[in-house]
Amino acid sequence: MRPFKYTKVNDAANAVQAVAANANSKFLAGGTNILDLMKEDVERPDVLVDITQLNLTQIKTVSEGVNKGGVSIGGLGKNTDAANHPLIRQNFPLLTQAILAGASAQIRNMATNGGNLNQRTRCSYFYDVAMPCNKREPGTGCGALEGVNRMHAVFGWSNDCVAVHPSDMCVALVALDAVVKVQGTDGAERRIPFIDYHRLPGNTPQKDNNLNQGELITAIEIPKNNYADKSYYLKVRDRASYAFALVSVAAALEINGNKIKQARVAMGGVAHKPWRATEAEKFLTGKEATEANFKQAAEMEMKQAKQLEYNKFKVELGKRAIVRALMQAMNGGKV
Amino acid sequence: MEDESREIKLTDDEQELLNELLDDSAKLSETGESRRQFLRNVSAASAAILATQMLAEQKITAYTPTENVSGASYAIENGVKVVMKVNGAEKSLNVDSRMTLLDALRERLELTGSKKGCDHGQCGACTVIIEGRRVLSCLTLAATCEGKEVTTIEGLAKGDALHPMQAAFIKHDGFQCGYCTPGQICSAVALLSEAKNGEASYVTADVRTKARAVQLSDEEIRERMSGNICRCGAYPNIVAAIKEVHTGKDVAQTWQFAGETGVAIFENAEMNKEGA
Repeated sequence: MRPFKYTKVNDAANAVQAVAANANSKFLAGGTNILDLMKEDVERPDVLVDITQLNLTQIKTVSEGVNKGGVSIGGLGKNTDAANHPLIRQNFPLLTQAILAGASAQIRNMATNGGNLNQRTRCSYFYDVAMPCNKREPGTGCGALEGVNRMHAVFGWSNDCVAVHPSDMCVALVALDAVVKVQGTDGAERRIPFIDYHRLPGNTPQKDNNLNQGELITAIEIPKNNYADKSYYLKVRDRASYAFALVSVAAALEINGNKIKQARVAMGGVAHKPWRATEAEKFLTGKEATEANFKQAAEMEMKQAKQLEYNKFKVELGKRAIVRALMQAMNGGKV
Repeated sequence: MEDESREIKLTDDEQELLNELLDDSAKLSETGESRRQFLRNVSAASAAILATQMLAEQKITAYTPTENVSGASYAIENGVKVVMKVNGAEKSLNVDSRMTLLDALRERLELTGSKKGCDHGQCGACTVIIEGRRVLSCLTLAATCEGKEVTTIEGLAKGDALHPMQAAFIKHDGFQCGYCTPGQICSAVALLSEAKNGEASYVTADVRTKARAVQLSDEEIRERMSGNICRCGAYPNIVAAIKEVHTGKDVAQTWQFAGETGVAIFENAEMNKEGA
């Protein structure tokens, strides 16, 4: 690992200033991803600003604003605490399941909620500094485009990058219309709708998200909803546990009588950002919650998929995963 | 200093070795080399070995570490002072900002129980408990542990009394090579309190109902231990060990030392024949 200066800050304003002042400095929260990347020589910061002492760990009901009655999750709270908080388990079980589907107990005990959003792709070409990668080193090309791309994207990729976002938590957050609250250098709060937080690669794959240098995630808000009775997070992976998703699906339904009033479907492991399955959602709205309708919704969503040489299986797997997740959601999200 | 005039008493084995040596030198003198010459040769060889060693030591000591030194014999860059409690004892260290907690434990505090497996957070061999929570010491910077309470495998037993989880791992043969074991046990110990707190996992049937304490099925134990890889594949025995401590009920041991009848089979002359 290359040498770096370690500093500790005690308030958010100082943290933002410290990182904004130096383009080659980074926040250090849980450290589970950045330390790994530093050991691999992928990340090479001069300065790490330890923000773990900041008081941004609270989980509470939102008391005012557009998301009143929803929940606010502190950016520096641990994944384990978010997953197990009574407010989340009771009202947003989809988020609990998604968080618990990711990583291991040890890592969830370390990783923060804000850090989860900012974790980087696990694309093996990104991790291997001997390989070309436009995300790591713009202009060097994409090793995965015509390489070993079994784990890669089927939606929204470009010739510059076919990597996927690795988070499970974020798939639930995009489905639940979350909002990311960030603090910038002017001290003002900026609110970013979750769907606009992460980016598609385009020709700037080095930018994973729309956060500016120095901006700090203070909280994530989820608006109140009626999905708690019928939601499920399904993760399909190579191992039974502790592996990144081949395909994952966050499904949530609000049922009125025998009709679907609102549907939320999002996918992981398929795109450079947590993928909101808007085609499936549009189709399902107003329809009956039957397996046949779920199948048709899945067909419509996966119609836009563009497969690569080794990830063709993700198209059919994606369809089946959407159907199964919706069926499980109808079953009350029980495993 | 040893008293050189003291008569040295040799054990039988040592005496035998000496006799052999004297015997050899006698043979040497028979081939024309005097005993004195033989001893001279031996001394010269020893001196040569000694000289090489001294030269190497000189080379090592000639290396001057750079400015940020804390009395340690190696260079520390971007030093950070950190005071933490490790297994109940306060430890004060000046660490390189890059030093992980795992390396601090192993290289600086001589606590080599925690193991470096992958060093990338994928195997769990480095699992320790910080403030009651299991974490990966390979992805924790030592500098971030200021004021923290760290428990490693060395801190679980009370004197000679093993922690119940350690005893259960032995009873159920929860390991073969043992490299992942300290991490497995630390992880399992923390798992017990997570279950007591009613924490959920991905395989929990209904995450919305929060029980005060959860009884873990085998499937639950497997899911919750998935961050600890065992290359020897001792998983069934690890699950049995954890289940026993978690439930407080005896779980039958699935192995035993071979008895007389078990050993007898190997004394069968037919079986021991070449090529059998």
